[in-house]
Amino acid sequence: MKAELQPIIENIRGRFATETYTFGDEESLILKPDDVVAVFKALRDEFDFEMLTEQTAVDYWPEQKPRFHIVFRLRSLKHNLIIGMRVPLDGNAPIMPSLTSVYANANWFERELWDMFGIRFENHPDLRRLVMPADWVGHPLRKDYPLGYEEVQFTFNFDEIDLRKPYAQE
Amino acid sequence: MGLEQKLGNMGIVTMKLEDAVNWSRTNALWPMLFGLACCAIEMMAAQASNYDLSRFGMELMRASPRQSDLMIVAGRVSRKMAPVLRRLYDQMPDPKWVISMGDCASCGGVFNNYAIVQGVDEVVPVDVYVAGCPPRPEALIHGIITLNEKIKSEKLKDWK
Repeated sequence: MKAELQPIIENIRGRFATETYTFGDEESLILKPDDVVAVFKALRDEFDFEMLTEQTAVDYWPEQKPRFHIVFRLRSLKHNLIIGMRVPLDGNAPIMPSLTSVYANANWFERELWDMFGIRFENHPDLRRLVMPADWVGHPLRKDYPLGYEEVQFTFNFDEIDLRKPYAQE
Repeated sequence: MGLEQKLGNMGIVTMKLEDAVNWSRTNALWPMLFGLACCAIEMMAAQASNYDLSRFGMELMRASPRQSDLMIVAGRVSRKMAPVLRRLYDQMPDPKWVISMGDCASCGGVFNNYAIVQGVDEVVPVDVYVAGCPPRPEALIHGIITLNEKIKSEKLKDWK
């Protein structure tokens, strides 16, 4: 991990009492949902992390507390640094403040998280589905969502499946 | 007997109406640009100068469905795109044909999941299926020639 990152992490740890999560030689901060907007504002304004490059989620089902970890990566182009954060969320009501006030590109990241995982974001200007059709039911990337495959048509079961398949009429 | 013995010096050729109309339809099929995914690259390669599609009459691919009579569905169709595909098919004037190019359009291909329509024949009626992932330009040209033969064998009483 880069040496310049260490004082930044210490600073944030001091102000917000966050924990760190170490993987390999990288450290990322673990935040609480309420601190998120303040931490990101601090990183953007004081430490020059201008760019939010990733905002995704991981589903740790069947653990319910926490079930989701929202993973962020911020990039500082001025100092050539990358910092990662995680926000653990409960499974029953995954809700978090939105980051659109701090980083504008969080808009579509959060729409995708709503679509795929069902994670709500407060104060999001336009929270609707991004990837799936607008009337889709369910959140596909959750671990308890079915794969949704159909039976493969081989030669031995060709005719049975042929009867069931919905062919388009003119 | 040769044509000259029948014609003499008159310069008139007689043929059946079916043959004349079918011949003209096959030689001027205008495809609609419907490249969705990777198969579109092979469709572009077939249209380019090495494997030329212009020699079959498909000089340009019309972007507007109102001006085309062949829809080559090239690539995987997601569930979000399926109503759009159907609407564009409905906007094409008769007579129209559909070539389903590639594995994803024919049967869902490698993607057997919730997001991809398992075969575009669930959405539009297909005339010719071209297999391959992606099909080589020669395979697409073979599909087009098969479609030409199908059109040439159409009967007058089946015309829409």
